[in-house]
Amino acid sequence: MTPDRYQSIANSPLGASVDGRGEFAALVFDASGIDDSARLRALYDFFHPLMRSLRRSGRVLVLAGVPEAAGGPRAATAQRAIEGFVRSVAKEIGRNGSTAQLVRAAEGAEGAMESTLRFLLSARSAFVDGQAVRIEAVGSEDVAVPEDWDRPLAGRIAAVTGAARGIGEAIAETLAGQGAEVLCIDVPAAGEDLSEVANRVGGTSLALDITDARAPDRLAEHIRQRHGRVDVFVHNAGITRDKTLARMAPEAWDAVLDVNLSSQERIDDALLGGGLLGAGGRLVSVSSVSGIAGNRGQSNYATSKAGVIGMVAALAPAMRERGATVNAVAPGFIETAMTAAMPVAAREAGRRTSSLVQGGQPVDVAETIAWLASPASSGVNGNVVRVCGQALIGA
Amino acid sequence: MRRADGRRAAILGGNRIPFARRDREYSRASNQDMLTAALDGLISRFGLQGQRLGEVAAGGVLKRSRDFNLARECVLGSALSPETPAYDVQQACGTGLETTIHVANKIALGQIESGIAGGVDTTSDAPIEINDDLRRLLLELNRARSTSARLALLGRVRPGQLVPAIPRNEEPRTGLSMGEHQAISTQRWGIARAEQDELAVESHQRLVAAYERGFFEDLVTPFLGLERDGNLRPDASIEKLAQLDPVFGNGAEATMTAGNSTPLTDGASAVLLASDEWAAEHSLPVLAHLVDAETGAVDFVHGDDGLLTAPLYAVPRLLDRNGLSLQDFDFYEIHEAFASQILMTLKAWEDRAFCAERLGLDEPLGSIEREKLNVNGSSLAAGHPFGATGGRIVATLAKLLFERGSGHGLISICAAGGQGVAAILERDA
Repeated sequence: MTPDRYQSIANSPLGASVDGRGEFAALVFDASGIDDSARLRALYDFFHPLMRSLRRSGRVLVLAGVPEAAGGPRAATAQRAIEGFVRSVAKEIGRNGSTAQLVRAAEGAEGAMESTLRFLLSARSAFVDGQAVRIEAVGSEDVAVPEDWDRPLAGRIAAVTGAARGIGEAIAETLAGQGAEVLCIDVPAAGEDLSEVANRVGGTSLALDITDARAPDRLAEHIRQRHGRVDVFVHNAGITRDKTLARMAPEAWDAVLDVNLSSQERIDDALLGGGLLGAGGRLVSVSSVSGIAGNRGQSNYATSKAGVIGMVAALAPAMRERGATVNAVAPGFIETAMTAAMPVAAREAGRRTSSLVQGGQPVDVAETIAWLASPASSGVNGNVVRVCGQALIGA
Repeated sequence: MRRADGRRAAILGGNRIPFARRDREYSRASNQDMLTAALDGLISRFGLQGQRLGEVAAGGVLKRSRDFNLARECVLGSALSPETPAYDVQQACGTGLETTIHVANKIALGQIESGIAGGVDTTSDAPIEINDDLRRLLLELNRARSTSARLALLGRVRPGQLVPAIPRNEEPRTGLSMGEHQAISTQRWGIARAEQDELAVESHQRLVAAYERGFFEDLVTPFLGLERDGNLRPDASIEKLAQLDPVFGNGAEATMTAGNSTPLTDGASAVLLASDEWAAEHSLPVLAHLVDAETGAVDFVHGDDGLLTAPLYAVPRLLDRNGLSLQDFDFYEIHEAFASQILMTLKAWEDRAFCAERLGLDEPLGSIEREKLNVNGSSLAAGHPFGATGGRIVATLAKLLFERGSGHGLISICAAGGQGVAAILERDA
């Protein structure tokens, strides 16, 4: 189509039908055929006339290929270039609550894209912005199309660590809301809140200190006895013990690394070794923007969260062979009890230094995890998806 | 409680809130608050939300009149299906074990498939009754038909009648407190102070160790900021206990102190029971089965039995009926109302004269290996909210048997009114 033609669609009854003001809820462009830098102009030609026609909280979605798999250096260059375009568009439209994402689909991934397209085009991805998601090729038999897209997790058993409050509580609620039976895990001291959450979401509670040496076995045994398997395991439990490195006590280092990283590795070993998370399984870890960018006073925390990213990358091929996936989310500034306790200036700075110019909600992280946990997301493997409103740090 | 077809009640798990000392963490929590919390913790562990169970049986000793339907009100306030029936039981300190027996019997009979037994007590949010003279006067006022009659009645109100009646831990027929009663037995059986203190210290040490090894992680849910029993003293020592002055008994012979007697406590507990079939359907492992139970009572008013001696008689009858000897158990859970109550019980069962004269036995019941007695501590350390103790003990013993893999356990709980409740749990190999 020519640019004029796009403009005419924007002004047509079709465009107007979105909300009667000639605006679009979403703009989707398939750039996977761009095989030369000269043809990148197509991005300009499509989006330029439409940029003012994207309504508030709109969605821009560009579909592309995988640069490494492109046919030759020129095609790879062009495909890589698209990323800069999408990230910039995201920054231009963020103030309206709109987001822009890039979906890189491998050859043969076409059948595995629906859950991702639905997520990124919906309000569920409200705080995911400027991200590039890769979708692997999977056999059609590995793509489970849910009967009800509002309850894709129906019949699935999900476990969430750190579920008593904050982001973990939201994850438990969201997974249960999408149909999962949720095993809510937290330390014994949080048992009162944990029970309340488990009863609210119709799940079960398990008081467990995940850093305990016996925790992986206890957890595996509990899952084996009570459920026989687990389909989704969300490593959400995390702690901070912030101090600059010179002032940091060794206990602060040890505790953060053990809770945020080492315990996850031990639990994964028990689940995978015990055959409890099999084909169709979904491992999702909570990393952090700090793990990508680093943060002053968080050398322990950032190390653990960067380790989570490494763990996802390292496990992804083996998970693919099982017909399972492993991914991470990296939250940025999320409004929780922890951020509410921050000094006002730091809190405001955290909120404002992102393209969306606001903090995210725990449910934003939870919705992203639910998408990764969906049986329909079998092609999404080895990704680290930021939930940060395109925060400026680490970008 | 085995039917001819072998049907038994299984104990699947338990949950309690940590026990708090009187007027501490739970001073503003009502019986209903605490029992509902214990139920909700149990419901969350086993995913029972919205389920209709066969029944919930629970009770408390110190109950306010508005809580006449306490168990049912707690069910309605819990995450269980409101179609779960409930009723109250009150058998003093034996309440929690007696409710377990009730639910287990119905399961064994096939009347129900599942149920929760529990108990609760608060000594902080205690019921206060109006003075009995004033109460009678107010009732008469209600019956009076004329204004002049009402005015005449109101003229009879005296300042002294405005002093409320606060419940006291004493036997109505003797006027003696439970401790004063036990002091008589302690002296009669010659239980030394050092022995009692030793038992108390051991109880604290064992309960601390059980918490440390995570034994209670699936048996206790924190409540109102309390994570472990408030009475628990990790630093309890014989030297410290030896410094305490006796609080029960008189003169040089007085040996019972606040350290070797259980304090007044607030708390609640609940136990999940079911048929084996129900447990299997819900993929819930069976911890142990309830084999049999016996409740006894003694004439402590006119006879010469001590107030807390009913288990001395109930246990031998229970053993006899089941063809077991006192030594056939891997664990013994004897409620520590007072250290001296336990020591007296052990001594009586070893005493040839008592066993012959009072129990009619040719040979004494014999000794219990102390290493098998209250291995995770008991009421001296945890505290003793009257109605909640039975549930604490049943769940603890069932888990001990589960961990061991097989075996038998004996429970004995003495209770006010000269009563006692005993039960046998077993786990098949």
